[in-house]
Amino acid sequence: MATRIEVTGLTAYYGKFKAVSDVNLTIEPKNVTAFIGPSGCGKSTVLRTLNRMHEVLPGARVEGRVLLDGEDLYGAGMDPVNVRRTVGMVFQRPNPFPTMSIYENVIAGLKLNGIRKKALLDERVEESLRGANLWDEVKDRLNRPGAGLSGGQQQRLCIARAIAVEPQVLLMDEPCSALDPISTLAIEDLINKLKSSFTIVIVTHNMQQASRVSDATAFFSLEKTGDPGRLVEFDKTSKIFTNPSEKRTEDYVSGRFG
Amino acid sequence: MSTATVPEPTAPTADGEDRLNLRGAILPRFVPFAVAAGSVVVALLIYLLTPVDSEIQIVLMAALIFVVAMTAVSTSIEGSRRARDRFATTLVYGAFLLAVIPLVAVLASVIGKGAARLSPSFLTHSMNGIGARDSGGGIYHAIIGTVEQVLIASAIAVPFGLLVAIYLVEYGRGRISRTISFFVDVLTGLPSIIAGLFVLAFWILALGQGFSGFAGSLALVVLMIPTVVRSAEEMLKLVPNELREAGYALGVPKWRTILRVVVPTALPGIVTGVMLAVARVSGETAPVLLTVFGTNLINANPFSGEQSSLPLYIYSQAGQPQQFAIDRAWAAALVLIIIIMVLNLVARLFAGRSRLK
Ligand SMILES: Nc1ncnc2c1ncn2[C@@H]1O[C@H](COP(=O)(O)OP(=O)(O)OP(=O)(O)O)[C@@H](O)[C@H]1O
Ligand SMILES: [Mg+2]
Repeated sequence: MATRIEVTGLTAYYGKFKAVSDVNLTIEPKNVTAFIGPSGCGKSTVLRTLNRMHEVLPGARVEGRVLLDGEDLYGAGMDPVNVRRTVGMVFQRPNPFPTMSIYENVIAGLKLNGIRKKALLDERVEESLRGANLWDEVKDRLNRPGAGLSGGQQQRLCIARAIAVEPQVLLMDEPCSALDPISTLAIEDLINKLKSSFTIVIVTHNMQQASRVSDATAFFSLEKTGDPGRLVEFDKTSKIFTNPSEKRTEDYVSGRFG
Repeated sequence: MSTATVPEPTAPTADGEDRLNLRGAILPRFVPFAVAAGSVVVALLIYLLTPVDSEIQIVLMAALIFVVAMTAVSTSIEGSRRARDRFATTLVYGAFLLAVIPLVAVLASVIGKGAARLSPSFLTHSMNGIGARDSGGGIYHAIIGTVEQVLIASAIAVPFGLLVAIYLVEYGRGRISRTISFFVDVLTGLPSIIAGLFVLAFWILALGQGFSGFAGSLALVVLMIPTVVRSAEEMLKLVPNELREAGYALGVPKWRTILRVVVPTALPGIVTGVMLAVARVSGETAPVLLTVFGTNLINANPFSGEQSSLPLYIYSQAGQPQQFAIDRAWAAALVLIIIIMVLNLVARLFAGRSRLK
């Protein structure tokens, strides 16, 4: 089971600053949706509103609705903690917990939520690490610190950690920007594999990556600095990259900036 | 391949062999030692041949000669950049030595004067019935007092201080947190005797509780809290925000993220801060004098009646003219240092175990 996300009239603020304005889009289940656009146009901001991570920052707030299978994440009585268990997230910079081993990192989400059964945890560790294409590289050193892995391995460890709690949706904010081409390919393969069980949203600056991995693409932009970012165009990836309906999208994906 | 179009380097350097000027003269390693030996010899000659007869002046002179000679040698051979480097290096090492001298001197004199008097019977007897002229007696009652008072104070101040620090860093916003921060700063500068006077006036006189080890602990709590809060706050602030977000993104509640991710990451630093606070209050005399009062008898109950404590014991023994009493004071000082060091080691082992190697 995976989940459809419908965003309507979404506006996000940092204090008084309006960072993105009036975003409307629908993310299909078991699809990969890519967010592209110039730096500062609000891709990360929109992504973080999808699992209520935006409001973690002091002064940050959200208007509009985000429906997850018809339920409004920002509706009354919604618990952000439960939302985040359903909508997992991988960050731009790998951030394994420095005090924990590889094993503990993978099951951190389960253990911190009170699951203690050793057999279940062992099983989930192997399953998640295999899912993140990391098992073969670390199976002999599960008790070593997670921070001792290479950057690419750490990022896959963070993916394993995110999928270990079995979310419905996986949000990835530039997951490959700190990685070499080989690790990047490994993660793209992984995204293709994960797609069969999760709804995936990925922010990327890499056009090839967006066209390789995603089914739909959202192009964000902003008029000038200080203005809020806006969703310019949202369509099938093939359409955005070959025959976009907006001039600005075409300029951006072909490398000419308007 | 034709090289005709490649222009000649336009600025030939003085050293024809290394046109890029990457080489530089570097003094061999033994030179600083040779210069140091030379400076000492010159200083000794001055000592022997001139009327200067103060050892301290000679040592200072040797140091000065070394700095001047080393800089001169280095400038003439290595050039001014390296000479400045060596000059700064010399100053840094010099400052380090100056800072270590008092530490080593204190340790050496306490060990030298205290070790002889230390004996099993000194550790296991009180001063019951021992006058200042008598040679016997011990510090059993004072050790009990110090350990109990400091442990009770820590048991109150450390959790309290940690909670305040966690509130300030993780939850505090706006007016309340600024006010708390301000009062913690004020408390940091509180003279320790004021803490003692406060407990004396409030707990002992106004509430009529009487002198006790616990009253002393209360005074120590007042002194410990700001140190614990400040150091824990600094350490918690150092924990990168990404780790907190990683926790939240896994669907872990905020309080649990703090408890299981943030605090463990900051733990070694927090332990260091707590140990500094413990070491500080273990040596406090004035507040203890006003609240615990001191006694020669063993009183293992911190909640009623006068107790003793090591700083109090040292204070009272060192103030007497008899050599026996002064010896006891030195030995007690040594024991106090050892207790603080052992506590420190234990805390470090404990904190080290929770980290991965
Ligand atoms: N913590 C914050 N506090 C205040 N303003 C912020 C904060 N984070 C982002 N912003 C602002 O919000 C706007 C959108 O930022 P966002 O990080 O979403 O951009 P982005 O599209 O992800 O850019 P990039 O591609 O560089 O990651 C920017 O103008 C940025 O300055
Ligand atoms: Mg971003």
